[in-house]
Amino acid sequence: MWLLFYKVWLRNARVWRKHVRASLIGNLGQPFLFLLAMGFGLGRQIPQIEGVTYLQFIGPGLVASAVMYSSSFETMYGSYTRLTTQRTYEAILMTPVNVEELALGEIVWAATKGIISGLIMLATLPLFGLIPSPWILALIPMLFLEGILFASLGLIMTALAGDYEFFNYFTSLFITPLFLFSGIFFSISAMNPVIQKISLALPLTHAVNLSRMLCYGRIGPDWPIHALVIIILSVFCAWVAIVLVRRRLIL
Amino acid sequence: MTLTAKPPLVEIRNLTKRFGNRVAVKDLDLCIYPGECLGLLGPNGAGKTTTIYMLLGLVRSTSGEISVFGESIPERLKQVKLRIGVAPQADNLDPDLTVYENLLVYAAYFGIDRSTAGKRADDLLGFFALKNRSDEIIQHLSGGQRRRLLLSRALINAPELLILDEPTIGLDPQARHLIWERLEDLRSQGTTMLLTSHYMEEVSRLTNRVLILDEGKIVAQGDPGEMVADMIGSEVFEVADSPEKLDVLEETLRSCKVDIERVADRLFIYSKEPCAELETMAISLRHVSKRPANLEDLFLKLTGRTLREN
Repeated sequence: MWLLFYKVWLRNARVWRKHVRASLIGNLGQPFLFLLAMGFGLGRQIPQIEGVTYLQFIGPGLVASAVMYSSSFETMYGSYTRLTTQRTYEAILMTPVNVEELALGEIVWAATKGIISGLIMLATLPLFGLIPSPWILALIPMLFLEGILFASLGLIMTALAGDYEFFNYFTSLFITPLFLFSGIFFSISAMNPVIQKISLALPLTHAVNLSRMLCYGRIGPDWPIHALVIIILSVFCAWVAIVLVRRRLIL
Repeated sequence: MTLTAKPPLVEIRNLTKRFGNRVAVKDLDLCIYPGECLGLLGPNGAGKTTTIYMLLGLVRSTSGEISVFGESIPERLKQVKLRIGVAPQADNLDPDLTVYENLLVYAAYFGIDRSTAGKRADDLLGFFALKNRSDEIIQHLSGGQRRRLLLSRALINAPELLILDEPTIGLDPQARHLIWERLEDLRSQGTTMLLTSHYMEEVSRLTNRVLILDEGKIVAQGDPGEMVADMIGSEVFEVADSPEKLDVLEETLRSCKVDIERVADRLFIYSKEPCAELETMAISLRHVSKRPANLEDLFLKLTGRTLREN
C-alpha cells in the first residue's frame, strides 16, 4: 500500500545528482566552518573537555547538526517549492502515488540527504585527530532516524507555510537554538540541574549525546533513553507530517 | 448513439461539493461511455475542474457517488488512477527534469518498467513532434511544446480514459491545430476522453456530446450540433446600429420566427427558418453580418453574458 514512496525518493535522488556539488556545499558549509572556527580558533584557548581536545569534543555534535540542517532544510525550502511554484506534488497525485506515499517519500529522501551530510562530516573527523570507534556503525541508523525526525518537522512547517518567510520562525526560534544549546559546544553535565533538564527536552541533545558516545566508543548508561527519544519522536513527527500534508493537499 | 449502449466508464451520481458556504458542484449526474469524447463546458467557476479533481481524488466530495471502470472512488483510487491519463489546466511539468526525464519519471510513478517507459516515451515524443527536444530543460520550451509534453505525459501509461482540462489554453493557432489533429487520432483509436475547453471550435471539432455546466449544475446536454439547431437555430444575424434604428428593426421582424437579443448597440437575431424580412434587412443595412449559428451562441444563451468571477 505504501510502496510507491520510493518512486518519489528516486525522483528527488535523480534531481539531486544533477546539482550534487552545490547541494553538498550548501548543507555542509556551515557545520564544517564551525568545526574549523571553533575547533581550531577557539579550541586552542580552551583546555581539554571530558578528556578530549575542544575540536574533538565538538566534532561528533557537528555531525548530528549537519544531519539536522540538511534534512529540515530539504523539507522546508525544497518541499515547499515542489508543493507551490513547481506544482510537482499535484502532478504526482495525478498518478497512482497517493498522498501518504508522497509525504513519506519526501521525508525519507530528506533523511537520506541528512545522512549523506552526516557521513561526510564523520569522514572528515580523522583529519582533525579524532579517529572514530567501530561503534559509529551503530551511529548510522541513529543519524538516519534523526534525519527522519528533522525532515518531518520541516515538512510540518511546509504543510503550514503560506510563504517562504514563514520558515524564518522555525529556523530562528527552533533550529538555531538547538544548534547552540544542545551540548555541541559545551558540556551539559557541567551546567546547573535546571539547564540540564531543559537541554534534555531539546531533541538534538539526544542525537549529540549518542553521536559523542558512539564516536568515542564510550557508551554511557543512558544511551537507551537517547535512542528511545529519537525513535519515538521520529515516528510521531513523521505521522503528524503525513496527516498535515494530506490536509493541505486534499481539499 | 451506439456509444451509450455499453456500460459507462465513468458514472457520477448526485455529486455535491461545498467549500465552506460556496457550492462548487451541486447534485451532478454524469456518465462517460467507452470510446466517446465528452465535452464539459461552463464559465470559469462553474465546477468543471472541481469535478475532475473529485474524479482524481484530489478533492473530496461532500456527497454523492463516483465510479470509474466500475470501481468506487475514493476507495479504489490507486487502481483507477493506473488507467487514467491527465493533462491538467495548470502546467505542472517537472522543471527539475528534462523533457525525456519528465516522461520516464512519470512512468515510474505508474510502476511502468524502464524499457517499456523508454519505448513509450520515444513514441510519444515522435507523435507530438518533440523528438529533437528530448534533452532540453523544461524552461527552454515554448508554450506549445510544454502543452504537447503535458499531453505526452498524460499518455505514458496508455490510459483507457484521458482527461484534458483546457488542453490548448493560451496557444497560437498552429500549435492548437497540431494538438487537435493528435487528439483526433487518439479518438479514432478509441481512447475515451473528457475535455473541458473555452474554445467552442475545439469542442465542436473533438466532442460527440457536450454537457454545459453553470454554477455547479448541468444546464443542458446532448450532441453539440443538434443542441445548437434545437435551441439557437440555423443562422445568426448581428446588426450594429443606433438604438432608434434597432427599435424599428425589432418591430419589422415581429412576423418572423426568430429569437432576438439586444446587447448595448447590437442586435443578435437567431433564425430557426428562412424569413423574407430578414433577408431584405440583411441587404439593406450596412452593418450587418450573417453567419451559421454555433456552440458559442448556445453557450452564451444558456450561461448569460455577464462575467462570472466577481
